[in-house]
Amino acid sequence: MNKITKEPLFSAKNLKLFTDQIDKNNPITVQVLGICSALAVTVKLKPALVMALSVVIVIAVSNVVISAIRNLIPDRIRIIVQLVVIATLVILVDQVLKAYAFDVSKQLSVFVGLIITNCIIMGRLEAFAMANKPWPSFIDGLGNGAGYGLILIIVAFFRELLGSGTLMGYPVMEKIGAYSIGYENNGMMILPPMALIVVGLIIWVQRSRNKSLIEK
Amino acid sequence: MENLLNIFIKSIFVENMVFAFFLGMCSYLAVSKSVKTAIGLGVAVIFVLVITVPVNYLLEKYILDKGALVWLGQGFADVDLSFLTFMVFIAMIAAMVQLVEMIVEKFSPSLYNSLGIFLPLIAVNCAILGASLFMQEREYHNIAEATVFGLGSGIGWFLAITGIAAIREKMKYSNVPAPLRGLGITFILTGLMALAFMGFMGINL
Repeated sequence: MNKITKEPLFSAKNLKLFTDQIDKNNPITVQVLGICSALAVTVKLKPALVMALSVVIVIAVSNVVISAIRNLIPDRIRIIVQLVVIATLVILVDQVLKAYAFDVSKQLSVFVGLIITNCIIMGRLEAFAMANKPWPSFIDGLGNGAGYGLILIIVAFFRELLGSGTLMGYPVMEKIGAYSIGYENNGMMILPPMALIVVGLIIWVQRSRNKSLIEK
Repeated sequence: MENLLNIFIKSIFVENMVFAFFLGMCSYLAVSKSVKTAIGLGVAVIFVLVITVPVNYLLEKYILDKGALVWLGQGFADVDLSFLTFMVFIAMIAAMVQLVEMIVEKFSPSLYNSLGIFLPLIAVNCAILGASLFMQEREYHNIAEATVFGLGSGIGWFLAITGIAAIREKMKYSNVPAPLRGLGITFILTGLMALAFMGFMGINL
C-alpha cells in the first residue's frame, strides 16, 4: 500500500502521527480519554509497565485490523464490530498474561478486562482507523499507546518512589541511605486519591510549558 | 439482610467506583460541567447497573463458570468457558443498553429526551463493565447480593458526578492558575473528594 501512495514508511507526516500523541495531543492529559482503567494500576511501576504495554499492543493491532477491513464494515453496526475486535485482542492479552506473568495478572485484576472499555481505543478506531490506511493507523495506535503509557509510567514512578521507597521492587531509598537520615515513606502516595492529584500536577506542568493547551 | 446492607453501604462509600477505582472517569470528567446533565447521566448509570449486574451474574453462574453448564447434562461438567467472559459481558451490556433505551423511549419519552445521548454512551462507560467484573471477582453468593452491589455502585457513581458538577459550577467564580483551568483543577478536586471519601474506610456493619 505504501508503494501505491509512494510515501516512505517513516515520512515526516507519519512520524508526526507518533510524536503528536505523546506531547501536545496526549490521550490522557489533552484528549481526556482512557483515564478509567489507567490510574488504579499505578501504585507500583511494574503493573503500570505491563498495563502500558498491553494497551499499546491492543490499540496498535486493533487499529490495523479495523483499518484493513474498514471498507467492509457496514456503518450501522460498526460499534459492535469494533467492540468484538477489541474484546478478542483483550482476551488474548489476558490469557497470555495469565500464562506467563500470573502475579502481575493478579495485581491488575479486572483492569485488564477494562481495556475493552478504554475510551482511547474506541476513540482512535472511530476517529482514525475508520478513515485511514493500515500503516498510518498502526503508527497512530503506537503513538497513542505510548502517550498513554508515558503518563502511566510517570505517575507510577512517583507513587512507587515516594510511597514505598522502591522502584520496580528495588529498594532505592534504602540503598541511598535515606531512612538513616530520618526520611519516611509517604503512605498517602499509595492511596487512590494521590493518583488523581499527580495527574493534575502533570497537566499543570505540561500546560505551563505549552501555553496553547490552556483552557479558557 | 445485614449482609446486603453491608454490601450496599460498602459499594456506595468505601468502594466508590470513581474514588477508589477510577471507573467511569471519562464520562465523569466530560459530563460534569453542569449539575442538571450530571444528574441525568447518574440516574441512567444507576438504571443500567441495576439491570446488567444481575443479568451478568446469571450468565456467569449458568453459562461461563467452570462446570456451570452442568444443567445441560453431566457431559458438560468439565466445560470452562470463563475465557469468554469479557466478550459475553460486553455484548450483554451493549444489548441491555439498547433494550433499556427502547423501553424508556416507549414508556417515558420525557425521561428519554432528558437523558439524550448519554444513554447509548453508557455502553462504553467503564463503570458498567467494571461492576460486572468486580461482581465476578468477588464471587457474590446469590443474585440479591449482585443486584444490591449494582445498585450501590450506581448510587456511588451518581453521588460522585453530582458532587463534582456542583463544585465545578462554583469554580467558575474562582481564580484558578491558568494552566490548571478546566481539566487540571478537576483532577485535583476529584483527588480531594476521594481523600474525603477515604474517611469511610473500614466501615463494616
